[in-house]
Amino acid sequence: MSILIDKSTRLLVQGLTGREGTFHAKQAAAYGTTVVGGITPGKGGTTHEGWPIFDTVQDAVRKTGANASVIFVPPAFAADAVMEAADAGLALVVCITEGIPTLDMMRAMTFLKERPATRLVGPNCPGLISPGKAKAGIIPGHICKEGRIGIVSKSGTLTYEAIHQLTQLGMGQTTCLGIGGDPLLRANIQAELRGKKTGQQQHHDDDQQGKAPVIAAQLPGRRPPLANRYHSLQRFSILTDSN
Amino acid sequence: MKIHEYQAKAILSRHGVPVPRGEVASSAVEAGEIAKRLGGSVVVVKAQIHAGGRGKGGGVKLAKSAGEAEAVARQILGMTLITHQTGSEGRVVGRVLVEEGLQIARELYLSLLLDRAAGKPVMMASAAGGMDIEEVAAKTPEQIIKVSIDPGVGLVPFEARQLGFAIGLDGAQVNKFVKLATSLYDAFVKTDASLVEINPLLVTAAGDLLALDAKMNFDDNALYRHPDIRDLRDLGEEDPLEVEASKFSLNYIRLDGNIGCMVNGAGLAMATMDIIKLAGGEPANFLDVGGGATAEQIRNAFKILMSDKKVKAVLINIFGGILRCDVLAEGVIAAVKELGVSAPIVIRMEGTNVDEGKRLLRESGMNFTTADSMGEAAKNVVQLAG
Repeated sequence: MSILIDKSTRLLVQGLTGREGTFHAKQAAAYGTTVVGGITPGKGGTTHEGWPIFDTVQDAVRKTGANASVIFVPPAFAADAVMEAADAGLALVVCITEGIPTLDMMRAMTFLKERPATRLVGPNCPGLISPGKAKAGIIPGHICKEGRIGIVSKSGTLTYEAIHQLTQLGMGQTTCLGIGGDPLLRANIQAELRGKKTGQQQHHDDDQQGKAPVIAAQLPGRRPPLANRYHSLQRFSILTDSN
Repeated sequence: MKIHEYQAKAILSRHGVPVPRGEVASSAVEAGEIAKRLGGSVVVVKAQIHAGGRGKGGGVKLAKSAGEAEAVARQILGMTLITHQTGSEGRVVGRVLVEEGLQIARELYLSLLLDRAAGKPVMMASAAGGMDIEEVAAKTPEQIIKVSIDPGVGLVPFEARQLGFAIGLDGAQVNKFVKLATSLYDAFVKTDASLVEINPLLVTAAGDLLALDAKMNFDDNALYRHPDIRDLRDLGEEDPLEVEASKFSLNYIRLDGNIGCMVNGAGLAMATMDIIKLAGGEPANFLDVGGGATAEQIRNAFKILMSDKKVKAVLINIFGGILRCDVLAEGVIAAVKELGVSAPIVIRMEGTNVDEGKRLLRESGMNFTTADSMGEAAKNVVQLAG
């Protein structure tokens, strides 16, 4: 089992023609993800690495039947890209971009409230992967292994660390989800684990085969003050069983 | 990014927030001339540093004549001002703000910041102005009134009225308050501020409202569209090593310990510091070289790390995802050779091509200790740091 992303995912890449977009689109396709095309305004009608490029997300959805998008556009244009993807009705939008102005994201979040069918993961996140099935984002596929543990994290490399350690121990994963480290996030750890309370489907608790969630995050609440400037936290906890 | 009080007041004033008349000076003579231009019976001379608590530290003084203003400015300029926010080393004062003295009837508090949990800006007001607001929040939280603002709509007048009446302003003053609060919100949004704080917000004997002090912080991610604000950055107020690190997009924060850390990714960097503490050591810094660090980044990071003379041993903890461990090992070897690093270095890496990376380190003939787990690496480095 897995959540949010699997073999039925038809993925668009916003910013496919850029360096990062190209690299990670190829990685995702090589991992077995169905990448159906890219969006770069002004380059619609062309192809890039064999994929069709569209001017707008709406157009891309109409012509490819896409149901998810991953965003690799520069910070100044990323909030715009998130809103465009949500407006096109995509169920899953994964924003990898780091460094988006807070006010831009605040406006985008208000926009997303009116479009509850869209799940936003990120921004400033490594994305997600369902081992053996599909991935959207930058989590390296080769450190994952198919199995029964779900991961939710706010961190990037710490997520890789958690995945890798589990894989080394022979414990595979259902889905690994990096929700991002920005001040404004749509997803939060509790909600991701306890999906039923939010009424949305596809959270780790809904996944009958997922056995134990792993959480890697700063403790909730205020960020530790950066004047003398960090305190030790039990940030990395492994819960043995969600039941 | 932070700016000085006089810079914040200039920005707020441009957006319609009333501030006292005043000018900034970097010499005592200049300060005297400003006092003369301002006229009146009294002026205030205020040290300009990026820290609060300046009054208690002796950085804010009254003067009753231009001559006195000059003498007071001479005392303050060049002094090392120590406040509860500067740390024990204090800050050297390079500029003073000279302002008209005003008749104070009441001191209030007003601020705007981002409420992360709600994902909205929040405006906070209090009748307990002129005091440490964190103390007010801890002891008498009921004295702080908040309104959450819909970013799509902006601050609505009724929200400002709610705040104004709640902090005890009368009808005429509330009208002035609504105008001031609206201007403050306008400044906040148009400059991509992350915090605007007026403490105290002054009610004069004549019933006027003015920002007697002002603090503004800005969203670093939005500075690209505010070159005028980026120019206000005062590098003299920042740790020189942190300034150097920011040039290479390295996220570096200096701490008090003796174990230098180099890690890719903020989460892994924090976990690494935790595990050093757990092993009985103290990290000398937080250093995130970025999730996709290059060999060049590693070299820059080494330079910064080794400029801190407290560092007795270094722990490198890299998870090679996209970046291959062998490329990293080459980067580390080249940097250590070029910079002549003599401190013992413990390296723990995992991920792509890790065996090849370890082989390169082993065969380099240099003073590296390799470790397989984070726990082992921390134990080793704590031992080596003595």
